[in-house]
Amino acid sequence: MEPDDMRGGGFPATRHSAIERIRDGNPEARREAFGDLVEGYWKPVYKHLRLTWRLDVEDARDLTQGFFADAFQKSWLERYEPGKAKFRTFVRVCADRFAMNMRQSSSRLKRGGGVQTLPLDFDGAEREVASRDPRAMPEPEEFFHQEFVRALFDKVVADLRAEYEDRGRPIPFTLFERYDLEPVEGVSYAQLAAEFGLTPTQVTNNLAQVRRRFRERALDALRGLCGTDQEFRREARDLFGLEVE
Amino acid sequence: MSGLSDAAVTRLRTLGRWPEFESGRYSVIEEIGRGGMGTVYLAIDDELEREVAIKIPNALASADLEDRLQREARVLATLEHPGIVPIHDLGRLADGRLFYVMKRVKGRTLREHARDVADAGERLRLFERILEPVAFAHAQGFIHRDLTPGNIMVGRFGEVMVMDWGIAKSVSELRQSTVDGRQSSPPASEVNAGGTAEGVVVGTVGFMAPEQARGAGETVDQRADVYGLGGILFFLFTAGSPVPDADPFALMRQRGVARPLSAVCARALAKDPQQRYQTVAELAADVAAYRNGRAVSAYCETTLERAARFGRVHRTAILLVLAYMLMRTAVALLAGR
Repeated sequence: MEPDDMRGGGFPATRHSAIERIRDGNPEARREAFGDLVEGYWKPVYKHLRLTWRLDVEDARDLTQGFFADAFQKSWLERYEPGKAKFRTFVRVCADRFAMNMRQSSSRLKRGGGVQTLPLDFDGAEREVASRDPRAMPEPEEFFHQEFVRALFDKVVADLRAEYEDRGRPIPFTLFERYDLEPVEGVSYAQLAAEFGLTPTQVTNNLAQVRRRFRERALDALRGLCGTDQEFRREARDLFGLEVE
Repeated sequence: MSGLSDAAVTRLRTLGRWPEFESGRYSVIEEIGRGGMGTVYLAIDDELEREVAIKIPNALASADLEDRLQREARVLATLEHPGIVPIHDLGRLADGRLFYVMKRVKGRTLREHARDVADAGERLRLFERILEPVAFAHAQGFIHRDLTPGNIMVGRFGEVMVMDWGIAKSVSELRQSTVDGRQSSPPASEVNAGGTAEGVVVGTVGFMAPEQARGAGETVDQRADVYGLGGILFFLFTAGSPVPDADPFALMRQRGVARPLSAVCARALAKDPQQRYQTVAELAADVAAYRNGRAVSAYCETTLERAARFGRVHRTAILLVLAYMLMRTAVALLAGR
């Protein structure tokens, strides 16, 4: 089995920054861009509130929902100024301010009503929080960055899995999962080749293809979540050590 | 779905750093080595269906690193020797970085391999196999300038490969740079092994000749490699690196190494290049002499030591003569009764 060339149809068109798109006059485009930002940032925000702010599960859930609802209604994120900070830092600082305000008027913390509820998988996020050692917490900015990268990769890996399944070719992704994402100790190309009825070279080629697709998708997703092209290039260099166009 | 583990995130970030080949001919399997200058990847050459090693500079758009990688590729292309890794291809990545493809050397570094070599004779034979490619390079006019146990690979069958020719120079280049008044060495930040260095130097602390450490380009010649080889010999018998300002002879003796071999090592590690072996061939001759029980030029034996060495070398003949004489005496005594 030889890997497909999936550079054509499978590759999404280069994404424009969601931060630029939320400033779009078209309400539908704005809503869609806002959805992309929520998808990229809600988990880092939730975990930040849980572990840095040490809020309990309910408060962190309410605040996360409230934060994004407020941001959408009051157009906070549109006020981002690229010259002052990275967009990621801006989101964290906004979340901090929001949490501080809520804490000062604690009566508003238990709200529920009046907030449009976003379909966010808090249970999944909570399992991730539970697996983390709270005694080994890095600085808030570093932690937020780590969780931003994790959320980004989670999304890209899920999309990648769907991409290969949609094409009816799940084996390349399964190899990627088995060798790169959840490797059992001692797993080898030869072992996987024998298990999947491939030659070791085919395993290598399939893995190389999925890894390349992962990187393409990750860079594309990252571009959508950065404030400017300059920030994107800086983030890409930090993430992968790459100089990108 | 639960989030990716820390290990998976780290792995994905690493994968994202792997090079992308425009031709699609090479598929990276793993990162197998990383140094200050470049990273070496294990890859599959899809056309020839064989494993290869690919070296790529760490930084993008670095004229200095690119220059060094290109020079290294050319040195390897020039030096065709079984003890020097052969180069297969040179090209550019999608991001513009230069890369070269070389044979995948299976084995361990000398630093790792030496731990499992208990026999002194075997260590010396290993050392002699290192001398051969270095002597060959010198004969072709190239100096390695960074000979260390970490830059020597030992294969499964004991074959030796001298690696990492990234800072190698041709003798003519060194002389020319001195004439032009240019520095022949890369920036000080590229000194290996965490050493701090004054001025402009390149090499690995402990294995770098003093004249090289001073950045004195005009005096760096093949004797700098003799010093590095002395460091490797020292390592093979002490498991440590030579200590600047310490007497290597005394340190070797403390480890119970024989005086003649300690003297060979000390001469190779002499601070003054004039006091060292002037060529690798001279060093090789002394090592071979020691291994074969002959006198070495680096050590002046006492009469007793010479006699003892004679006894060790000719032990069988001496025993036979003694047995013969004993027998004759016994026969004479019996006949006299």
